[in-house]
Parts: sequence; structure tokens; C-alpha cells
Amino acid sequence: MQLEPRTHTPLWMTISAPIIAVFVVMILCSGLILWAGAPLLQSYVALAKGAFGSKFAIAETLVRATPLILTGLAAAVAFRAKLWNIGGEGQLYMGALAATYFGTGMINLPAPLMIPFLFVVGAIAGGVLLLIPALLKTRLNVDEVVTTLLLNFVILLLANYLLFGPWKDPMAMGWPQGAPIIDEGILPKLVAKTRLHGGLIFAVLASISVWVVMTKTKWGLEIRAVGLNQEAASFAGIPINKTIIRTALISGGLAACAGVTEVAGTKEYLTLDISPGFGYTGIAVAMLAGLNPLGVIVAALFIAGIYNGADSMSRAMDVSNYIADVITAASLLMVMLAVMLTRMRIRFS
Amino acid sequence: MDFFDMFLNVGFWAATVRMATPLIFGTLGELICERAGILNLGIEGIMTTGAMVAWMWVYQGGDLWTAVLVAALFGMLFGYLHSIFSVYMGLSQHVTGIGITLLATSLSYYSFRMLLPGVTTPPKIIPFQPLPIPLLSDIPVIGEAFFTQSPLTYLAFVLVGVVAYILYRTPVGLAVRMVGENPMAVEVQGIDVYKVRTGAVMVGSAFMAVGGAFLTISVFDAFYFDMINGRGWICVALVIFASWRPGKALLGAVLFAAFDAIQIRVQQSSASFIPYQFFLMMPYVFSILALIIMSRKAAYPKALLVPFRRGQR
Amino acid sequence: MADTDTVLRVQNITKTFGDLIANDAISFSLKKGKVLSLLGENGAGKTTLMNIIFGHYSADDGYIEIFGNRLSASNPAEAIALGVGMVHQHFTLADNLTVLENVILGTEPLWKWKQDKSAGRRRLRELSEEFGLHVDPDADIKSLTVGEKQRVEILKALYRGAKILILDEPTAVLTPQESDQLFDTLRDMLARGLSVIFISHKLGEVMAIADDIVVLRHGKLVANFPIAEASREIIAEKMVGEAVPQPERQVMEKGAELLCLDTVSVQDAAGQKILKSVSFNLNQHQIIGIAGVSGNGQKPFSDLISGMCKPTSGSVSLSGEIVSVFEPQKMVESGIGRVPEDRHVQGVVGDFSVEENMILESYMTPRFSKLGWLQRKNVSDHAKALIKAFDIRGAGPETIVRGLSGGNMQKVILARVLENNPEIILANQPTRGLDVGAATFVHEQLFEARKGGAGVILISEDLEELLAVSDQIAVMYHGQLSKLMPVEGVTQQQLGLLMSGEGFATQKETKHNAA
Repeated sequence: MQLEPRTHTPLWMTISAPIIAVFVVMILCSGLILWAGAPLLQSYVALAKGAFGSKFAIAETLVRATPLILTGLAAAVAFRAKLWNIGGEGQLYMGALAATYFGTGMINLPAPLMIPFLFVVGAIAGGVLLLIPALLKTRLNVDEVVTTLLLNFVILLLANYLLFGPWKDPMAMGWPQGAPIIDEGILPKLVAKTRLHGGLIFAVLASISVWVVMTKTKWGLEIRAVGLNQEAASFAGIPINKTIIRTALISGGLAACAGVTEVAGTKEYLTLDISPGFGYTGIAVAMLAGLNPLGVIVAALFIAGIYNGADSMSRAMDVSNYIADVITAASLLMVMLAVMLTRMRIRFS
Repeated sequence: MDFFDMFLNVGFWAATVRMATPLIFGTLGELICERAGILNLGIEGIMTTGAMVAWMWVYQGGDLWTAVLVAALFGMLFGYLHSIFSVYMGLSQHVTGIGITLLATSLSYYSFRMLLPGVTTPPKIIPFQPLPIPLLSDIPVIGEAFFTQSPLTYLAFVLVGVVAYILYRTPVGLAVRMVGENPMAVEVQGIDVYKVRTGAVMVGSAFMAVGGAFLTISVFDAFYFDMINGRGWICVALVIFASWRPGKALLGAVLFAAFDAIQIRVQQSSASFIPYQFFLMMPYVFSILALIIMSRKAAYPKALLVPFRRGQR
Repeated sequence: MADTDTVLRVQNITKTFGDLIANDAISFSLKKGKVLSLLGENGAGKTTLMNIIFGHYSADDGYIEIFGNRLSASNPAEAIALGVGMVHQHFTLADNLTVLENVILGTEPLWKWKQDKSAGRRRLRELSEEFGLHVDPDADIKSLTVGEKQRVEILKALYRGAKILILDEPTAVLTPQESDQLFDTLRDMLARGLSVIFISHKLGEVMAIADDIVVLRHGKLVANFPIAEASREIIAEKMVGEAVPQPERQVMEKGAELLCLDTVSVQDAAGQKILKSVSFNLNQHQIIGIAGVSGNGQKPFSDLISGMCKPTSGSVSLSGEIVSVFEPQKMVESGIGRVPEDRHVQGVVGDFSVEENMILESYMTPRFSKLGWLQRKNVSDHAKALIKAFDIRGAGPETIVRGLSGGNMQKVILARVLENNPEIILANQPTRGLDVGAATFVHEQLFEARKGGAGVILISEDLEELLAVSDQIAVMYHGQLSKLMPVEGVTQQQLGLLMSGEGFATQKETKHNAA
């Protein structure tokens, strides 16, 4: 078996590749649904309804998509520079911790200032967290994959300590959760009687901004050059370490903003389960989007829909909602394969 | 308790050896993969799968040793899947590995839920019992600490020697080392690079799965979600710490387990003034520190992360 | 059907890569005890054809017969078993393993509990003796010289009992004297009944050793005749097609001093001295050629002038001013135009478009970015103008560079480098892998720049190129630079001796001290 590069990839192929990949994943995962003894068609209908079947479902899917857009962007930006940031989960919690620290009464500003302030401090906290692995990589040649992964556990334990200890809200009847974010810091609701909040607008704006930075600015050129060919970039005089550090700050900051949207928007206080793995799922979102910042929005909507749909499917059909994790993981792998096949053809001999 | 008394304590050493076992399996497995030039970040998920299937096998009435084989088989399966992406297709090993981890973990959880619907407290099995080695186990202190362990622990220690021997003394070991240095050098000698790499990833993944199985059918007697808890990632760090050498990997795993055992004991005796979460952070912090110390002079296998594409210009 | 003398037969081999036809219905045969020389320009399809014979690639059409057996698999195992050995252009050795380990892999079944190294060592020693290919079986590959590595490659083939040896550009990395030695070895082998396919683009060597000649051009076989019927002129014409007029070097008066290196040394990360007290002057209107076997300090030398590394002692001055900051961007600003050694690795970002690659060194200037925003129109206009000026055919500003031919890719780099009229041009292997037309274009550009007042440093392993283009030549050996010699009166033999270290008298001592 040999792989040969295609000289030309038609546009339809680029666009349809992820769609076909996801379709194949759905067929493969049908086996798991059948194993659970659930009728296939009805299960998928339940899934679709749970994801997009009503105003409430759509709102919930958008709520879930919000942090996924941000963690997906974080991964997309970092991976463009071949900075393997697998620490989105830790950075998310870092953002949530910062929002809780500053947003529960320590500082009191009117809402138009308070909300941006929370995003800024959150982003700084997340950026600084990723700065550690980035510095270790650029200064001491320490592999960032392992350090970012390990830091996730450290930060989760830190949050655990704070919520069981000094930050525990005495009004929460013994539950390990933080004090509520002050009213000025709460993201405004977008649609009445739903949980849909302004974080979505922030996430979409973030996607557009990242797209603009990546395609229209000097920084974007530097990040892409470093990721595609570090040696040539270095030879041409592009500051490699500076670019990696800058990428780390942007990426860590974006992931941390997901923590801010969850604490100040979805939950309105910090708990230890604000993220069911949004940091890791963000990697799947980024890959599904082909690392395109605008594609991240679509990919996040899809993944969020799968999770919410799987929840309601599991209630209706007795199929464990872990099926959503399976679909996400399988999509990640299948999309990689599909995108490669748009660039290469396989020749068997 | 005096800090230094701990080192004279049988329980401390026994715990160290016990805690080192899954790390030895995992680190050896990762080492084999990386020696062949493939970073296997599927380790965390493969360990989870190993833990789940081995436990489930025994729970469904299977035999303990067969459970180990079943775990290894599932490990190989995911290893094969990994190599389709990383070896044959030459895709990013980082992303492939994370994908395999997510897939293996979620499939394990899904299967667990499907096979045991509606259980709230995890059911238990009868795990491996300590197997005292005749004569050696009668030595005071040492015998109890090192020679009254689970059979899987002995297996782990024996495998270190076996892996080292195969890597450095047999033709297949030479092929694995060479394919991680310069795959073309192997290709031109008429050996299939893809097969060598795939084989290494499959065997390595089997080791990882057995490491996971050790947790559910030897140390504990139940399967919990999130029970691997970063052990896989620690193994990845230990491989770098060990400079890709099996002997040093053993040393690293034992050292690491010893620190962990110290940490637990200190935690028990000082819980009043240092919150336990900070002790739990220690393994991860140690791993990062180990990486910082070793990375400067790390001599990576040269072809690590570099895909080999046959017949391409 | 074939006579008993034919050991290898190539029949109608066709191979395409995408749109490119690398081999177009090629047929020829090799006879026992003979040397068949496969000639052709870079990109003519020689290496592709050999890779098909050895089983790296599978042909789209046609077949290969070795001793009457048709090759079926597309992997080297079968070719090796039938007695083919290949010495690749780029060595295929694992650096941190020993010679013996590199040789014996694959010679015994993989699944064996014990590797018989002593038998292997004995056999390797015997072969070394027999063919005069001396090398220590237990040395690590990384400690060997280029010549020794090549011996290991040949020994690998002999160890497998090769009857047919394919050598792909074996002399590209050798000094003329080492090449002569190689030819002696080859004649030895022929006498023992081996057959050889010898790939080259150097006519001189081919005339010296070949029995038969096969010439490829643009993937097609254009000539196949015995050496007796050939002359240099005929072969050259077959290789290139129409003769490309070579630009003549004109004698020029040198101008003001541009660059001066005063006893400059450079150490690598491990503290080893890789450039040793090099002194060197470059003036306006001057082309200085740097010869030497690759790996003798050319890299730190060019890295230094490119701003990729710093001197550990000595001083570098540009037009009389001592340089204190060694950074790529600083060097570009000081008027140094740098053509890097490896186009694909350092020269271009392959997945970037032509326009992006053309601003890679200047994207931060106000012309191309204001307040961090790229000026798209300027970027695009700039690319259009350069594409036109440098005649980069088949490319627009948004064409992805990876798909361009080697010559066009080099033009993208030259355009980027030359558009700012640099005072100093550092051209490191600028014609490597280019066909004659493209190489001539590069030379013309260098002459043009020299005429405009620039000084040029040309680093090359091709002595013919150096002798044709340079005004002065120096040789690098083990991190040292010889004195400059006017090109008039310098011969290839003289350069060869210098390249193998003769005349670097103090060298041996320094080496021992360092070790």
C-alpha cells in the first residue's frame, strides 16, 4: 500500500470530507445502539430532537457549544503553530478560578465593565498557565504535550482544594461550590426562559477575531509559518520563541474564557463539574473544523448537539449517554483520515 | 511517626513495589512504541480499557490469567488502530494518540454501562492474591516487602529484563531500535518498516492494557471511572526520564512509586496542616520536574514523530 | 529469450507522480561484469528508476527481470534476495548504531533468541579485506567520515551477496581522490563478476568507468549505446537537449571591502569547535567559491553569515563595522542576501503561497504590514512583479509553493533575496538538484549582481561549477578555511588534495587536542 499526494484537491472534496467522515461514524456507532437493544431509527430521531428539536433544545445546545467554541479555538490556534496544547481543561478551570476570585465580590464594577474585566482576568490566568509549558518548551526543550496534560490534574486538584476549603460557599448546604458571581458579572440572558447567555456572542466574536488574526495580520503569518516549517521561519528571521509564547498566551487565554462563560454564564458559580471534559473535546472540535476558526463554530454546534442529543436519547432509549463521547472520539479520528484522503490517494499494489 | 522510620517499614516497601507495577507496565509499553518511532498518547485510554475488560472478564466468571490475556488482546486492538493512523497513514501522532485515548476511554465506559446497567456501587471481584515466593519470602522484612506480591508484579519485573534482552540482543530488537532511528535504513535491508512499527505499537499497547488490568484485578477489586487518573501520562514522562532504556524505566517507576508512597504516608501523618489535595498533586509535579531535569540532554530516537511514507518522493 | 549474459532487464517501465511522468516506457539491460552508466540531468528520472528496480516504488507499467526472475513485490526484500544491492544517494544508516548492526539487520530471521554478532563481525572483516573497504565493525556510524559511511553502504550490499550493485551519485560527496579509490574498488568487483549500474551527471567519471551508457531526459530514454560510440559532446547533447549557452565569467576589478572575518571560531552546543579561526575577506565585484566535502564546516560558516549562529571568538565586520548582533533579520537588514542550502527545509514554507514566501524576510516592513495588518494588495502586487521579473512560469501569487519544480522554487527564493539588491550574497548550494537550464539562470543572476557591485560567496560541492563561476576559491576542511586562490591556474586535483586535508598542516594536532 502506498500513499501518493494529489496534485489538486477540488473544493467539494474539502467540504464534503468532514461530512462524510461524520456520516461513517454514525453508521459505525449504530452497532453500539443496536447492542443496547434500542431501535436504531427512533434512537437517532431522539438524538436529533434532543439536539435541535425545540426552542429549549436548541438553546441548550447553544449553551453547550459556547465553551466548546472557545476550547476548540484554543486548540486550533495552538495546533496551527504545532504547539501541542492538550491542557485546555486545566486552562478552562484556571479561567473559572480567576472569575470566581475576582467576580464574587472582591471587585465591584458596573456590568459593562465587570463582564469584560472577568474575561480579561480569566484569559490572563489561562494564558499564564500555558506560559509555563511554553517557556519550558522554548527554554529547556521540555515536551509540552506531557506538561500540559499533567498540569490539568494539578489545576483540578487546586480547584478541588479551594472548593472544599477556603472558597467553599457556606450557603451551599455543604456542597463544594464557590460563592455566586455578583449580579454585575453575570452574562446577560439572550432568550427568556432559557439558559442561553451572552457567552455565545463572545465565543462567536472570538472565532471571527481569531480568523482575522490568522489570515490578515502579521501575527497570523508568523504563527502559521512557525507551524508549517519552523526551520524556514527561523532562517527568514521570524522570531520563533516569541511566536510560540504569543500563541500560548492566546490559546491559553481562549480556553480560560470557556471557564469564564461557564462560571459567569451557565452556572453562575464555580463547581467541580463545570466542565465535562470541554478541554479535551475542544481538540476534537478543532480537528473537525480543520483548524479553521470559523469552522470551529460549526464543529462545536455539532458536537454540542451530539452530547445534548445523547442525553435525551439515553433518557428515552436506555442507551448510555457515553455514546456521545464515543461519537466525538470516533469523529476526531475519522475526520483526520478523511482530510488526509483529500490530500493523498491510496494506491494498493 | 519519625520520617526515617518509614524506610524500615515493610508496608512502605511493599506499597512502593505494588504502586510501581502499573507504571512499569505502562512505561515499558510506551518505551517499546517510542523506540520504534511512534509516540503513543493512547496510553491513558488503553490502560482504562485494560482495567475495564480484565475486571469485566473476571466479573462475568472468567479466570484471572485469562483476564490478563483479554486485556492484552484489547490493548493490541487499540494499538493496531493507532498504527493504522500513525504508521500506515502517517498522521499526527499527537492527535491520533489523544483520539485513541478518548475513543478507548469512552468505549470502555459505554460498555461498562451497557453490561452493568443501573449499578450504583461498583460490584467487586476476587482479585489476584499475593503469591509468596518460596524461600525468598521467608527473608525477614525484604521477603515480605518484595517477595510476597501479586504474580503480576513479578511478571512486570521479569518483563523489564525480557524487553531489555529483546531490544539489545535479538534481531527483532535491532529492527525496532533501527526503525526508530532511521526507518529508511530498515527499509533498504528488505524489512517492512510498517510491520515493525505496527508490531511494536501493538505489543507496547498490550503492556499498557495489562498495566491497567493490574489496577482492577490485583490492587483493587472493582472498576471505577477515572481510575487511571493520569497514570498513563506519567508513564510518558517516565520514558523520557528513563532516556528510552528499560532498566532506567524500572528505576524511574520504582523511584516514582516510592515518592508516592512517602507522599501518602506523610499525608496521613500531617493531614491536619497541609490539605491532602497538595499531596495528590505531587505525582504530577514530580513528573514535570523529572521532565525538566532530563529534557535538556534527552536523546530522542531520531525518527520519533516522523512518519515514514513508502514510495513517496 | 534473454541471453545468459543479461543479469538485469528493465522493460517498458513507466511511473507517474501526479501529473509528472518520472519514467516513460524505459527499457534497457545490464550485462554481467559490465558497468552501465545511467546519465541525465537532475530531475530526469534516474533515481526514480533505480528506486523501482530496488523495490522502493512500484511501477505503473512494465516490469523488471533479474537473472530471469520477474520482480513482483514492491519492496526491497525481493530485489535483495535476487542479488541487487543499492548505495543510495542519501545514506541509509542509523547514526547511533554500529557499523555491524547496520550491516547485519535483515540478514538473519527476525525471530531468533540470539543474534550471532561474532559470525557477522568475522564475515564483515573478511569482506573488508577482500575488497579493501576498511572500516571498524564496532564503530558507531556517527563517528565515521562520509567516505567511510559510503564504504559501509557498499559492504551492506556485498554482505547480502549482491551480484548487481546500483550506485546513485556515489561521488557527489567524495573528494576526487576518494572517487578514484571508489573506482578502484569497483574495478575489483567487476573482475569478480559483479555488475554495476552507476548513476551520475558528471561526464568525466562516466567516460572513465562505464561500458554502456543510458541517457534519460525528462523521464524518457534518449540514448543507449556502448562507450566506444560515445563522446563527451554527444552525451552532453543527449542529456540537455539543445545546448544551453553558458554565461561567461568576466574579469572585474574588485571594489571596496564588504565583509571581513578575522580569526572567527564557532562552537556547537556540545562545545566542539566546528569553525576554527577562519579569516576571510569579500570585496565588491567578487565571487568567492568555497569548496569542500560536505560537513567540513560549511554549515557553521554559512550559518554565521546568515545570522543563525554566533562566533565564540574572533570578529565579523561588514563594510568595516564590527557586527555585534547575529540574528537573521539583522543580517538581512545589513544587506546580506541569503540563499539557504536546502530549499525545502530552510528556503521556503512549502504550504505557503508564492506571495507569502516572497515576503517571509520582509513582512514586518511598513510596505507589507501596518500596525500588524498585512497589506494584501502590496503583498500580491509585489509577488506579481517578481514572478514576471524572474520568469517563474506556471505560478501565480497564490500558488502553493510545494507544487513548484525545484528550479521555480529556487527562483522564488532568488527573487526574495535579490530584489533588495543585497551587497553580499551568500549562495549555499544554489544549483543543487537543478537542471542545466535552471542552474544557468542562477549563475546569470549571480553574475548580474556582481556586476551591480555585490560580492558573492558561493558554497558548492561541484568543483566544475566553482571553477566556472568563482574569481577566487578557498577550501574548507575540518572547520578550517584555506587561503584564497585565484581561480586561474587552480586544478580540480589541487582542490581535491586540499579537500582531503593536505596542506592543513596544523590540523591533525588541533584535532587530537580537541578529542
